[in-house]
Amino acid sequence: MEPTDTSKPDYFHRVVDCQWACPAHTDVPEYIRLIAQGEFTEAYMVNRESNVFPGILGRVCDRPCEPACRRGRIEEKPVAICRLKRVASDNRDDITALLPKAPREKNGKRIACIGAGPASLTVANDLLPLGYEVTIFEQYGVPGGLMRTNIPAFRLPANVLDEEIGYIVDMGADLKLNTPIKSMKRLLDAQEFDAVFVGSGAPKGKELDLPGRRDTDRIHIGITWLESVAFGHVESVGERVLIIGVGNTAMDCCRSSLRLGAKDVKVMARKPRQFFKASEWELEDAEAEKVDIVINHAPKSFVVEGGRLMGMMFEKLEYDIENGDIKATRSLGDVFFPCDDVILAIGQENAFPWIEKGLGIELDKWNVPKVNATTFQSTRPEVFFGGDAAFGPKNIIWSVEHGHQAAISIHKFCHDEAIEQRMPRGVSLSSRKMGMHELAYKNEYNGVERRLVPHVGLVERFKKINIEVELGFTAEEAALEVQRCLNCDVQTVFAAKLCIECDACIDICPVDCLTIAPNGPEADLRARLTAPATNPSQALYVSAALPQTGRVMVKDEDVCVHCGLCAERCPTAAWDMQKSTIRIPFAIDEEVRACPA
Amino acid sequence: MSYINKPKVAHPSLPTNSLGLTRRQYEGSMSTLCAGCGHDSVTAAIVEACWGLSLQPEQLVKLSGIGCSSKTTAYFVGGSHGFNSVHGRMPSIASGANAANRGLTYVGISGDGDSLSIGIGQLVHAIRRNVNMLYLIENNGVYGLTKGQFSASADVGTKAKRGETNSSPPIDPVLLALTLGATFVARSFSGDKAQLVPLIQAGMRHNGFALIDVLSPCVTFNDHEGSTKSYGFTREHYHAAVEADFVPRAEEIAVNYPEGEAIPVSLHDGSRVVLRKLDPSYDPKDRTAAYHYIENKLKQNEYVTGLIHIDEADNTEFHNLNRTAKTPLNSIPFEKLSPGSATLHKLMTRYR
Repeated sequence: MEPTDTSKPDYFHRVVDCQWACPAHTDVPEYIRLIAQGEFTEAYMVNRESNVFPGILGRVCDRPCEPACRRGRIEEKPVAICRLKRVASDNRDDITALLPKAPREKNGKRIACIGAGPASLTVANDLLPLGYEVTIFEQYGVPGGLMRTNIPAFRLPANVLDEEIGYIVDMGADLKLNTPIKSMKRLLDAQEFDAVFVGSGAPKGKELDLPGRRDTDRIHIGITWLESVAFGHVESVGERVLIIGVGNTAMDCCRSSLRLGAKDVKVMARKPRQFFKASEWELEDAEAEKVDIVINHAPKSFVVEGGRLMGMMFEKLEYDIENGDIKATRSLGDVFFPCDDVILAIGQENAFPWIEKGLGIELDKWNVPKVNATTFQSTRPEVFFGGDAAFGPKNIIWSVEHGHQAAISIHKFCHDEAIEQRMPRGVSLSSRKMGMHELAYKNEYNGVERRLVPHVGLVERFKKINIEVELGFTAEEAALEVQRCLNCDVQTVFAAKLCIECDACIDICPVDCLTIAPNGPEADLRARLTAPATNPSQALYVSAALPQTGRVMVKDEDVCVHCGLCAERCPTAAWDMQKSTIRIPFAIDEEVRACPA
Repeated sequence: MSYINKPKVAHPSLPTNSLGLTRRQYEGSMSTLCAGCGHDSVTAAIVEACWGLSLQPEQLVKLSGIGCSSKTTAYFVGGSHGFNSVHGRMPSIASGANAANRGLTYVGISGDGDSLSIGIGQLVHAIRRNVNMLYLIENNGVYGLTKGQFSASADVGTKAKRGETNSSPPIDPVLLALTLGATFVARSFSGDKAQLVPLIQAGMRHNGFALIDVLSPCVTFNDHEGSTKSYGFTREHYHAAVEADFVPRAEEIAVNYPEGEAIPVSLHDGSRVVLRKLDPSYDPKDRTAAYHYIENKLKQNEYVTGLIHIDEADNTEFHNLNRTAKTPLNSIPFEKLSPGSATLHKLMTRYR
């Protein structure tokens, strides 16, 4: 193998699994260390720089970081990254003085954002400090988009939303509530804006057109129903409720039903549990509330008698599953489930009935706009898309990242710069060595198990629909959980020319990730290491040829616990522990020419 | 010295031996030797060897004297027996313990000072008595614990860290052991575990005194230009004459060796060592020839390594010669072990 080029920012970035997996690349180890030091405000601001809504995301993020967490490969459970984010948010001081400020003198550019969801709010957050005038059009009387209408208040309280959205609006965004955009043509023709950002989400719930669907008004579309619950238009539901689908919307629907009077709630799944779309923790929370999850039942028809919904007919299925794939399906006959209400939670789509043809905004075969995956520009240069509106439903943290990228594009576009030429990511390193063998971070591995977040009791939580179920970590539990973080951003940096091949690092490494061996092709090298490197998604570090024997130092990054013992035991400081900071560029970092007058 | 202990966390796919133990369970306490000390690599090799032999930790006895080397015993197989004796007196303790209980595996760790200066008389007699043990010398040519004076194994012409040149001739423990008729003599290097681990395993299974001289550089006082026991110099002047593969009992010799190059030697307990000659002219069974070969190579500044001499046919092992009790003394009933004053009186009368 060629020697690894660690000057490329992606190498060390990938070692920080959580940050690499996060769409917005939040500097997780840094904020966890700040929490450990009691610097909650600073931890919140580190979060806010990349993910904009730490309080919101600390409750309802889809947490792609956690399945990626290295701790999950060493013992079973990853660090509770998401819940630690909430710790930073819950314990922060007033941060208003630390927020970016919009300059009094504007740059003369006006931006329209359609929909006041996380994507549009991120665009406003990034562009307001640069002197842009940002107008946000929102169809409802409150901002927040899906975060407000589709996530129940018992998971995400309104005051958390109000506060974090307020930070952005108070920077000087012109938030026009109750102002749906009904015609893109009219908006563009008026030529009031230099660029338009569409962040209107994926508001169309999927239908299930089975016999009986139109014969009753007790069948609801999940996201529309949640919206009605959020706005108080729906205040009750029947005693027996069937939820169709087993994604995260289904989990919100079943738990909301329990709070609106349902006694018997069943989530009907077509396939076995391993195929569920819902996050594991959302399933656990629903099951803790005694929601029945019924597998292997495919909906067949709605049974309506005399205009009254009696229940649903399902086909019971059996599967042959091999290596996670369904090889064969067999029917075991029909089963009837009685119910008073059915809620359909089988997916959602983006829809743009208000974008007219002939505007130069090209649509693809699914009738959604063609959007560049890097710049988020549509085929009409001044129109950009982001969040669920761009590529269909994802989650909040992706919307935020889309917002950041669209903001960079809009900033460059408004200054006549090529929007494809974007600032690359960077990496900076600084040694954590203090004296001979001491390191400036807590490098001792702490074997403590993942802490559980306390919940409101099972009786108490159903008294009102907006009682937040999760209480957040106590100070004591948070203090333990932070010690589970392995500090993956403190990198093992090797200088081949200093190595005397004494084997000290190899002997001391608790997880056998180091080897000195003759070089070879990657597959061969992976098999020859102290512990074979069987996880191909994790990189091998290969040094230059070592001075004494010409062999190479190989490190399998997979399960390194970043304890720093290799550096502590190295007599020549060939190994050093250096903190990497990945520089993620935002709109404010892009150099642009002065605004054309 | 490190500020933290080695974390107990291990690689998730760490293999276990026939006792169900992982290599990590054969470790001892955290080393307080200098970072980069060759002795720590020897420790790691011993850990690997004991794990590979599936040794019951409580069946191992670790013995040492005084010096950097003698600290090593604290760093491996935490669950075993140990005795840290006075300077150079480890062989006496080993002989006594061995006489009292022949059922255990004895490993003595010593250094060039402990073995070749203050303790040379003890070493010589341990070899002569053919005490059934592995005697491992961590040889670095300097007194590290007293800040780097030349030891008795320092080569003529080698330079100290502060510039003085050594003019006194060295004692080579391998030549010494061959002279005294040792039946297992080997030399290795702390930086070559592939060679060292099977040598340790074979040495522990050898029936009689097994000496391994391990070149184990002192990273603090003897790893500079001009030193003949530095990492760099050892690597350059390292001459492996015989490679030894250790084959545990009840295991087939799996590798096919080219004819004439491999010599399988059965050990006392049924395990075997397969010797592979890297130099066709070399015969590890011929003690006299081995002596000359090594002496010649030493004159050319070459350290011959590998299993230099082995003689499994020899029957002068300590317990044979001394007809010691087969049962460990702690298992013999007290009445038999101490027959009482009447019997003593009877015995004494025979000499009156």
